[in-house]
Amino acid sequence: MRSNKIAVIGDKDIVLAFKAVGMDVYPSSSAAQSADTLKSIANKYSIVFITEDLARDNNQLIERYKSRTYPAVIPIPPPSGSTGYGMEGIRADVERAVGTDILFNKED
Amino acid sequence: MAERLNVNPTRMELRNLKRRLSTAVKGHKMLKDKADEMVRRFVELAKENKRLREEIETDLAAALNAFMLARASSEDYIVEEAVAYPGASLTVKAEVGSIMSVPVPSISIEKDESGDIFPYSFAQVTAQLDSSIVTVTHLADKMVKLAEVEKSCNMLSIEIEKNRRRVNALEYVMIPMIEETIKYITMKLDENERSNTVRLMKVKTMLNDK
Repeated sequence: MRSNKIAVIGDKDIVLAFKAVGMDVYPSSSAAQSADTLKSIANKYSIVFITEDLARDNNQLIERYKSRTYPAVIPIPPPSGSTGYGMEGIRADVERAVGTDILFNKED
Repeated sequence: MAERLNVNPTRMELRNLKRRLSTAVKGHKMLKDKADEMVRRFVELAKENKRLREEIETDLAAALNAFMLARASSEDYIVEEAVAYPGASLTVKAEVGSIMSVPVPSISIEKDESGDIFPYSFAQVTAQLDSSIVTVTHLADKMVKLAEVEKSCNMLSIEIEKNRRRVNALEYVMIPMIEETIKYITMKLDENERSNTVRLMKVKTMLNDK
C-alpha cells in the first residue's frame, strides 16, 4: 500500500529542511546508497524527490519508474543551484514526443 | 513495393482482405487523430512543466542554500533537534487520472494546518532557518504540482511514442501490404477469367471447324 506521504532523498544537510515541512526524508550521500533507498521506498510513496546529482548517477533506475503512474520520481536542485538535469528531463520528454525540441530551441 | 501476404488467390481471401483493409484504414485514421490531440495536450503540459520547474529551481535552491547556512551557523544537534518533530504534516492524495486514456497521476495536497509551521522554539535557532523553512513550506504546494505535471509529461511522451509506432506500422507496413495482396489476388482472378474466356472461344472454333 502506498503511503500518502512524500519522500525526499538527498544530502543530509538539505533533506532536514524538508523534514521540517512534514515530508519523510532519507539522507543519502552516495549514488549506490541512494539507489538502494530508492528501490526500497519506490512502492511505498507516490512522490519521491531526489536531488539532481543523485538523480544523475541513478539515471537508469529512474528511467525504469518513468513508464509507471506511481511513484513520480522528481529531481530537485541542490543548494548550489540547478545543474540543468531537471530541464534536461523535460527536453528529453519533448524530443521523444514531438521529435524535435520545440520548447528550448530559442535559448540554444 | 510492399511485400504481399502469403495467401491463396481466392475470392474468399479477397473479401477478407478488403474487410481488413477498411478496418486498418479506419484504425489508422483514429490513431492519427489521437496522436494529434495527445501532442497538443502534451505541449501544453510541457510548457507548464517548464514554467513550474524554472520557478521552483531558483526558489528552492535559494531556500536550501539559506538552510545550509543556517545549519552551519548553529550547532548540528540544535538544528536536528529543531526539525526532528515536524509540526505540520504534509500528506497527498494520489489518484490515477486520465489524459486521452493514458493513466496519469492526479495528486492533491492535504495539509494539516493545525500545527505551527515552526516545530521548534525560537530560542536557539537562527532567523535564517525560519525563513528557509517558510520558503520550503510555501514551495511544497508547487513541488507537488510539479511532480504531477512532470510525471504526466513523462507518461504522455512515452504513450505518444508508442502511438507513433502504431501509426507508422499501419501506414507503412500493414496497409501497403494488404493493398498489394488485394492487387495480386484481383490480377490473378482476372487472369483466370481471361484464360477461361480464351479457352471457351478456342473450344467453340474447334467445334465449328468440325
